[in-house]
Amino acid sequence: MRRSTHLALGAIAALCTGGVAAPATAAWEPVRPVEFIVPAGTGGGADQMARTIQGIVTKHSLMKQPLVVINKSGGAGGEGFLDVKGSGGNPHKIIITLSNLFTTPLATGIPFSWKDLTPVAMLALDEFVLWVNADKPYKTAKEYIDAVKAAPAGSIKMGGTGSKQEDQIITVAVEKAVGTKFTYIPYKGGGEVAVQLVGNHVDSTVNNPIEAVAQWRGGKLRPLCVFDAKPMAYDEPIADGKAWKDVPTCKSAGLDMEYLMLRGIFMAPRATKDQVEYYVELFKKIRATPEWQEFMKSGAFNTTFLTGAEYAKWVEAEDKRHQALMKEAGFLAPSN
Amino acid sequence: MEQLVNLFHGFAVALQPYNIMLMVIGIVLGVIIGVLPGLGGANGVAILLPLTFSMSPTSAIIMLSCIYWGALFGGAITSILFNIPGEPWSVATTFDGYPMAQQGKAGEALTAAFTSSFVGALFAVVMITLVAPLVASFALQFGPAEKFAVYFLAFCSFVGLSKEPPFKTIAAMMIGFALAAVGLDSITGQLRLTFGVTHLLNGFDFLIAVIGLFGIGEILLTMEEGLAFRGGTAKINLRVVLQTWKELPAYWMTSLRSCFIGCWMGITPAGATPASFMSYGIAKRVAKKGSNFGKGEIEGVVAPETAAHAAGTAALLPMLSLGVPGSPTAAVLLGGLLIWGLQPGPMLFVEQKEFVWGLIASMYLGNIVGLLVVLTCVPIFAAILRVPFSIIAPLILVLCAIGAYSVHSSTFDVMLMLVFGVIGYLLKKCNYPLAPLVLAIVLGDKAEEAFRQSLLGSQGSFGVFLSNPLVSTIMILGLIALFWSVIQEGYSRLRSAATA
Repeated sequence: MRRSTHLALGAIAALCTGGVAAPATAAWEPVRPVEFIVPAGTGGGADQMARTIQGIVTKHSLMKQPLVVINKSGGAGGEGFLDVKGSGGNPHKIIITLSNLFTTPLATGIPFSWKDLTPVAMLALDEFVLWVNADKPYKTAKEYIDAVKAAPAGSIKMGGTGSKQEDQIITVAVEKAVGTKFTYIPYKGGGEVAVQLVGNHVDSTVNNPIEAVAQWRGGKLRPLCVFDAKPMAYDEPIADGKAWKDVPTCKSAGLDMEYLMLRGIFMAPRATKDQVEYYVELFKKIRATPEWQEFMKSGAFNTTFLTGAEYAKWVEAEDKRHQALMKEAGFLAPSN
Repeated sequence: MEQLVNLFHGFAVALQPYNIMLMVIGIVLGVIIGVLPGLGGANGVAILLPLTFSMSPTSAIIMLSCIYWGALFGGAITSILFNIPGEPWSVATTFDGYPMAQQGKAGEALTAAFTSSFVGALFAVVMITLVAPLVASFALQFGPAEKFAVYFLAFCSFVGLSKEPPFKTIAAMMIGFALAAVGLDSITGQLRLTFGVTHLLNGFDFLIAVIGLFGIGEILLTMEEGLAFRGGTAKINLRVVLQTWKELPAYWMTSLRSCFIGCWMGITPAGATPASFMSYGIAKRVAKKGSNFGKGEIEGVVAPETAAHAAGTAALLPMLSLGVPGSPTAAVLLGGLLIWGLQPGPMLFVEQKEFVWGLIASMYLGNIVGLLVVLTCVPIFAAILRVPFSIIAPLILVLCAIGAYSVHSSTFDVMLMLVFGVIGYLLKKCNYPLAPLVLAIVLGDKAEEAFRQSLLGSQGSFGVFLSNPLVSTIMILGLIALFWSVIQEGYSRLRSAATA
C-alpha cells in the first residue's frame, strides 16, 4: 500500500519535471518517526552510540521526525536483524551494527546475512586492546605472552563479552599466534568484563577502550597492545602520562592479529537511492558536531567513514574474514 | 568528615529551584512508569534520556534518578491493588499486599509499602555517604562463584515458603527454570529450545510472564468468583497513613534486616528482585506471625519493599564507582553518564565531586519528595478499588496488553501474556504456587550463567564454591536456609526428648 503511494508520487514528480533529462531528485525525507534498532542490550557499546546519536539529533534538530531507539537484543542480536530484514521497503527503520552482524548468523544459524540489508554508512571502527590487571608484573605484551606460554595450557583465564563473538574470535587468534590455550570465560557486558579483571577473577581481557578506560585512569588496569595496524590517534594523556597513542600495536609485540569492530548503519531491504542518500547526509551532519567528536575521543574510536560501494566492499571482505575465522575456531552452527 | 562537607555542597546543588522542579517532574513520571506494568524503569529512563542532553549532567542525573525512585515507588501500587507487579521487584509485595487490599486494607498496605521503600532507600543512601569507597572494594571480590552463591542463597531462602506440598513448589520452580533456559545460551553462544521460532530468540521475558500469570490470571479468577472486587471498603482518607505509621515501628527488626539484605544484594550486584524475595523468605521464617504470611500480614509488605528499595539505591554505587550497573535501570543511567562525558569508575569520586555529591544529595531529597508525593495520593489509589469490576477489568486488561507490548514492541508478547494468564489461572486452581516459578524465571539464567562461568574458570572442579571464606560462608548460609525447617524440627524433637 505504502509503496504504491510512493510509486504514484514518483510518477507525479516525474511528470512535473517532465522536460528535464535528469531523473526527479525531489530529496526523500522521513514522514513518520524513524525506528533506530539496536541489536544489543541497553547500556552496551552499540546502545550508547545509538543513544548519543539520538541525543545529537534532538539537540541540533537534525531531523524533522523523531528518532526512536529500540533495543532488540534477543538471540545475540538476531531478533533485531530479522526484524529489519522483514521490514523490506520500510525506509523508517535503520539499524546500528556491531560484529554480531557477521558472527550471529554463523554461530546460531538464523536465516540472515548482511546482504539482506541496505548498507548506509560506516560510522567508526571500535578498537580492541589487550588488558591486564595493573598489579600484575607484565609491562609489555611480550612479557605477558611469555608468561602465558610458560603456564600450563588452559590455566590462564581470558574474559570477554559473549560467546563465539568478537572477543572470543580474538582470543582464538591470540591462542593460535602464541601456540597455547586460554580458558575463555564469557560475560554479558564489556563493563562487567573489565571489573572482573580488576577483581582478578580473570587474567586478561580484550576490552574496547571505552569499556576499560575508567579503570585505566584509576590505575587498576594496564593496556598492553592494540589489535590494529597502527597505534590509536589520540594523544591526550590518560594515566601515568600515557595516552592511547602510546599503546603499541600487538603486531609489534609479536602478536600478528588485527581486529576492528564495525559500528555501521544499515537500512531495511529495498531502500531507494534517495532514502540512503538522506541518511548518509544525516550522519555526515552528526559526525560534524562537537558532541560526536567528543564521543569518538572518549572511546578512542578509529573514525574511518565509508559509504556506498566502498562501504559494501569493506563489509563483504569482513564477512569473508569472519567466515574464515569462525570456521577455523570451530564456531559455526551445525546447520551451516 | 570530608564526606559531610561534600554532601552539603551536594545539597546546595540539588536544592536549586530548577533542580527541585526536575525532581518533582521525575518522581511523577517515575510513578506513572512504575504503575504501567512492562514499561519499567529501564525503558522509561531510556526513553527520556535524550531529553536530558541539553541539561547539565548534574541536573540530568537528578531528574533521571528521580524517575528511578518514582518507578520503585510506583511498582508497589498495582501489585497491592490488582495483584499485578509493575516491576520485577514488586512481585514479593503482592504476596501480602494484595490479600490486604482484598480485606479492605489497601490504604494500610500502600502506606506500609511506601514508608518501607523510603526507609530502605534512606538506609542505603546513608551507607553510600559514609562507606562508599570501602563498599566498592567489597564488590570487586564478587566473581562468578560468589555470584552463584548469592543466587543459591536466594533460592534456598525461598524454598519451603509456600504452604503447598514441597513437590508442587519444586515442580513450579522447575517449570520456571525450563522457561528461563529458552533463548540464547550465553556460554556456548547457541540457541536453545527456540525450535526455529524467531519470537523465542529472546527467551521468555520475565515481565510478560508476570503480567500474564498474576494480572490476567487474577482477572480470570475474579470473573469466576462473581465479577466483584473485594476490598472496596478501603478507607480513603489520609488518617490511614498516620494510623499505619503508629503500627510500623513494631517491625523495626524486619526493617533493619531487610535494609541489610537489600544493601548487600544491591552492591554485589544481584539487584532488587532477588533482594525482595530473599527478604520476604527470611522474614517469613523469622517473624513471630510468620505462619500468617501470605494472608495479608503487614510485615510481609514491609520486608520486600524495604529490601527492594535499599537494593535499588545501593545498586547505584557499583555503577558510579566501578562502572558496573547493579540493575537494568542503572545500566541505562550508566549509558547516560558516558553520553554526558563522565566516565564512571574509580576516578569519578575524585574528579567529578559536584556531580557525585549532587547525585547523592538528590537521593536524600528525591526520596523525601517521592514519599510525600505518593503518600498524599494513597487515598486516590485506594479509591480505585471502589470502581466496579466491570469497568476496571477491561482497563486492567488494556493496561496489561500495553505493558506486555512495550517490553519489546512486539504483538507476539501480548499473545504470550494471554497464554501465561491461562497458565496462571490453571496453576492457581491446582494449588501450584506461582512465586517459585517466577523466581526461577528471573534468576534461572543468571544463576546458570554464574554456575557455568565458575566451573569454566575452575576447569570443572566444584571446589570453587568453597574456595574462599566469602563464597563458602554464603553457600553454607544457603544450605542452612534450605534445611532450616528440618533443623528446627530436629531441634524441637531433641528438646522434647530431653524434657520427657
